[in-house]
Amino acid sequence: MEAFKKIKTIVTPLDQINVDTDQIVPKQFLKLIQKSGFGKYLFYDWRYDENENQKQDFVLNDKKYQNSKILVTGENFGCGSSREHAVWALQDYGFLVIIAPSFADIFYSNCFKNGILPIKLEEKMVEKLKHESGELEVDLENQLLKTKTEEIPFEISPYQKIILLEGLDEIAQTLQLEDKISEFEKHSKIPSVL
Amino acid sequence: MNIVEKILARAAGRDKVSPDDVIFANIDKVMIHDVSGPGVIKVFDKLKKQGINVDKLWDSSKVWVAEDHFVPSADKISAENIVKLQNFTKNYGIEKHFKYGMGQYGICHTLSHEEALVLPGEVYVGGDSHTNTTGALGAFACGLGHTDIAYVLLKGNIWFKVPETLYFKINGNLPDHVMAKDLILKIIGDIGTDGGSYRTMQFGGSGIDEMSVESRLTLCNMTTEAGAKNGIVEPDQKVVDYLTNRGATNIALVSGDADAEYAKIYEYEGSEVEPIIAKPFSPGNTIVVREAPNVDLDKSYIGSCTGAKYEDLEAVAKILKGRKVKIRTEILPAAISIYKRAMENGLLKIFLDAGATIGPPTCGACCGAHMGVLAKDEICISTTNRNFPGRMGHVESQTYLSSPLVAAASAVTGKITDPRDLN
Repeated sequence: MEAFKKIKTIVTPLDQINVDTDQIVPKQFLKLIQKSGFGKYLFYDWRYDENENQKQDFVLNDKKYQNSKILVTGENFGCGSSREHAVWALQDYGFLVIIAPSFADIFYSNCFKNGILPIKLEEKMVEKLKHESGELEVDLENQLLKTKTEEIPFEISPYQKIILLEGLDEIAQTLQLEDKISEFEKHSKIPSVL
Repeated sequence: MNIVEKILARAAGRDKVSPDDVIFANIDKVMIHDVSGPGVIKVFDKLKKQGINVDKLWDSSKVWVAEDHFVPSADKISAENIVKLQNFTKNYGIEKHFKYGMGQYGICHTLSHEEALVLPGEVYVGGDSHTNTTGALGAFACGLGHTDIAYVLLKGNIWFKVPETLYFKINGNLPDHVMAKDLILKIIGDIGTDGGSYRTMQFGGSGIDEMSVESRLTLCNMTTEAGAKNGIVEPDQKVVDYLTNRGATNIALVSGDADAEYAKIYEYEGSEVEPIIAKPFSPGNTIVVREAPNVDLDKSYIGSCTGAKYEDLEAVAKILKGRKVKIRTEILPAAISIYKRAMENGLLKIFLDAGATIGPPTCGACCGAHMGVLAKDEICISTTNRNFPGRMGHVESQTYLSSPLVAAASAVTGKITDPRDLN
């Protein structure tokens, strides 16, 4: 995975709560298992009409947002199925950061496996970012979001921060360090924690 | 400690765990199916390219595989996924592979209890969000993404943050015509679709003690729709009997301590629960059936891990016996074992006489995959678990979630119908 660098792009406001994985990637694409190329199926039923023409009123089809890497959306994002295809699609489309008041558990965890930074912010702040829909700088190292006028701190676990900053593949990393981990655990008096 | 803390402490080799502790838990059972399996294979391929040895699983006897989402193969790609899955289980020596067309097979969560694959006190993870279902047997059961499942298959453990527990105390039995599905829809309506986020939802009280194992499975199944990490019921003699009848041995019961702590306790009077539905487009969008909108239904769907267990089919048969359906009605038993019992006990004849169509076990139209998907503007009443836009077919179709009794009564009238009001 690529290391997560500071990014600065316009934010894409998706004004919906409880966006479920069926909306992120509809079921007909679950049969496909290549990890790349899922971007074209992202929010498929919202982006395209029956004749596969772009729906002009959907935010992703607004040219203004075409280089955006930051999605700002409502609470409980990613609820529903555990399909990792949802994260593959967001990542392949180009989103690197998703900001919401809350995320569904399995989705949140899947993000870190695929280089996406999910940020939980207070609802008021999310609304403001969505409304302003301007440029935003995401500084993971210092855990700061910077708009033109303010700096907003955000929380993330130290472990997940390192995973993204160093572009580590979480499970490859653990598997490669297997010997050292078991050696450490053998001699450690503290309980096994991450 | 409560039951979940006890199970996780045992799995982590610790004397005690508390909510928010991060632990490495040893896993007792793992499940993959024809969507998550090919996803895991992809992750394995990637690891292989990074020079990591993926030649052996940690313990192939603890892994089982279901073919359920796109079977009988919906098209060429799903057929190829089944071949991939078969090669995978052959290469890794996984014996518990339930293949369609070869005896017992069915929806993964249904197999977990029908085949007694998971026992009380175990830690069980599956590559599917409704893995929560199996918590009704007294296990810690939760869904994981493909990457996490790949890790478990190789290492046999994974980290968890110990969840807080919400305790739902049900006082007294549910009335006639009211099912566990009504209760869980009511609870989701009350706490919201993220009301259980990263928490355990535990069910107890005299109403649960009296409840059948299959009803408890329905409750735990839909904890996923409240965002819960897992659902659980403390196992009792009913669970022991249920699993013993299905061939399990060495069942050990586990329960919380007398001083177990819960983040919050909710109380419900069983007698006050009514038939309830969730309107489109959220499982939390609930309304009691007697106040339901007067819509013309196109179809009644009785299927899925939520609503096609044997008990569910019995409830449907009670309504359909001697009656005719007015709308398209599709009944898909959730596993072959259930299908067979329904045949032996005359349920299938009742369904066919009523005019319904019977399909093979499959996730099928529940996830809008195939075998009975909805057209634009069609309205369906369904015993399944989700009704997001497009979930069961066209993005402009609509699904109302209900109990099997309500779905059957509605099949008879063509309107959303309270089974108590059926002539």
